[in-house]
Amino acid sequence: MELIVDIEKQLRNFPLRAKFTMRDEVFALLGASGCGKSMTLKCIAGLMKPDRGHIELDGQVLYDSEQGIDLPPQQRHIGYLFQSYALFPNMTIHDNIAFVAEGSAEEKERKVQEGLHRFHLEELSGAYPAELSGGQQQRAALARILAADAHLLLLDEPFSALDNYLKWQLELEMLEVFQSYHGAALLVSHDRGEVYRLADRIAVINRGQMEHPCSREEIFEAPGTLAATLLTGCKNVSAARPGTAGAESPAGENTEDADLYAGDWQLPLHAGEVPENVHYIGLRAHFILYCAPGDRSQVEAAKAHPDSVLANVHRFAVTRVIEDVFSYLVMVRRADAPDARSLRWELPKEDWHHIASTLPPDQTLWLYFPPDKLMLMEQ
Amino acid sequence: MDISPLLISLKTALTATIITFFVGIGLALLVARMRRGQGVADAIITLPLVLPPTVLGYFLLLAFGRRSTIGQFLLQTFDVTIVFSWPAAVIAAVVVSLPLMYRTARGAFEQLNPDMIAAARTLGVSDWRIFWHILIPNTRAGILAGLVLAFTRALGEFGATIMFAGNIPGVTQTMSTAIYAAVQANDYDLAGQWAIVIVAFSFFFVGLMNWWTARMNHGVRQGVM
Repeated sequence: MELIVDIEKQLRNFPLRAKFTMRDEVFALLGASGCGKSMTLKCIAGLMKPDRGHIELDGQVLYDSEQGIDLPPQQRHIGYLFQSYALFPNMTIHDNIAFVAEGSAEEKERKVQEGLHRFHLEELSGAYPAELSGGQQQRAALARILAADAHLLLLDEPFSALDNYLKWQLELEMLEVFQSYHGAALLVSHDRGEVYRLADRIAVINRGQMEHPCSREEIFEAPGTLAATLLTGCKNVSAARPGTAGAESPAGENTEDADLYAGDWQLPLHAGEVPENVHYIGLRAHFILYCAPGDRSQVEAAKAHPDSVLANVHRFAVTRVIEDVFSYLVMVRRADAPDARSLRWELPKEDWHHIASTLPPDQTLWLYFPPDKLMLMEQ
Repeated sequence: MDISPLLISLKTALTATIITFFVGIGLALLVARMRRGQGVADAIITLPLVLPPTVLGYFLLLAFGRRSTIGQFLLQTFDVTIVFSWPAAVIAAVVVSLPLMYRTARGAFEQLNPDMIAAARTLGVSDWRIFWHILIPNTRAGILAGLVLAFTRALGEFGATIMFAGNIPGVTQTMSTAIYAAVQANDYDLAGQWAIVIVAFSFFFVGLMNWWTARMNHGVRQGVM
């Protein structure tokens, strides 16, 4: 399987520009709602027409503005799983599948039975879509796509309408479904967890602009752009500039190694190999480390992490503590800078209970930002 | 009592309703797909609903009269005159009943989940099969309501008919025009008889529509639709 997409389309507020090639893999488009990711899927399926460009599946041109080719969706053999599942309400589950299956009556029936069996729908064969739960409807929709002999599977926010427990079950099933398509599927989502668990490669779309596709590890470790950093769920982002010239350092702290200044956090930091045109810096909430000795001194605190760079050990004031399901979200800001932006620090509950019990009366503590976890962005 | 007005009324209304069904649904689909000018198209198709029927009759006379392009063409090519003929009664009935079919069909289509049609297309279902097996069955309550409204409107049509098709007994005289003619001739008994027939028919059809809609809503709840 090989899908080549290179299209442009003017949307209401911005131009959409999508360019990628996918083979036998699960490829995900990650973006906020209204960024043009669903539109990209609709263009591939032939439900919407791009302004110009080229779409090709397994060597067959589906759309080409210069050659004047624009195959109707019926001839594209692309399965599209809609968010609403789009089952036909006037037909039973059996008939929904039989209606789209091709071949002789026996062949149709064989395909229907295969789909019903595969998605554990045998008992619901005679039921109408309105009688099914969301998860069952999704399975029926997948069985229907399979029966229509689709060559490629497109998934439009496949789990957004489901509750958490169901979501997880269907994700597991989905991984199985991918096998039927040589492990290939094109997934669109705004949920970073979903994308990380299901996809091999990920491309971020921000206001119609598609960024270069990366492996899932790459994109979560070094997203490269501000949009990708935010979409992959990074909670702490600050403006940044190389060097610390003119910046006011925290009183009494050693910041000699600092090679960058994070403006919103008002912190000098050491990131190593800072590009000239760095504009933003990000740090995921669970990568912030606690320095046990607490209130004594920066050098003393740094001993908690033997390899620590002194410039990344700073004193913080706790501004707010929020209890989450399995962790605490502790909001902290530079201790002697009341107008600095707070950072979100996430840690296991027991850890916070322990730390909170040793907190000095002024509610300050020392934290360490590991340099290899700092994400630098040029745009 | 000469029953020809009853037969002509039924024949005219039935023919007009069949035409209205296809044209109305076709227009509803067409306008729904339009990228621009939707409002203008919608207004033009709906206009006959609010215009006085006499104005419609006047326009129809202009469009199909002997001096018009269409009238000239039909006369010279087929030696046919539309004005004051039975086809004129059908045309008048179509024009007045069309907005009712169009509007109810459009309303019904708008209730439909657009993903359903899109899904059918990606699954390789032809547009023709989509129309008969998905679009119509899933909007049949609305479509039926539109059909009944269109039929009863066509059955009761008077103003445009009398101007465009006239009131020729045995040819274009419908029940409505027969009542008018009877009253003009001071024959109140005859007018009353036709009035009773029309009321009975209308009552029957509206009752039928309500019964049908109720049955269908019940069907939906049971998951049978």
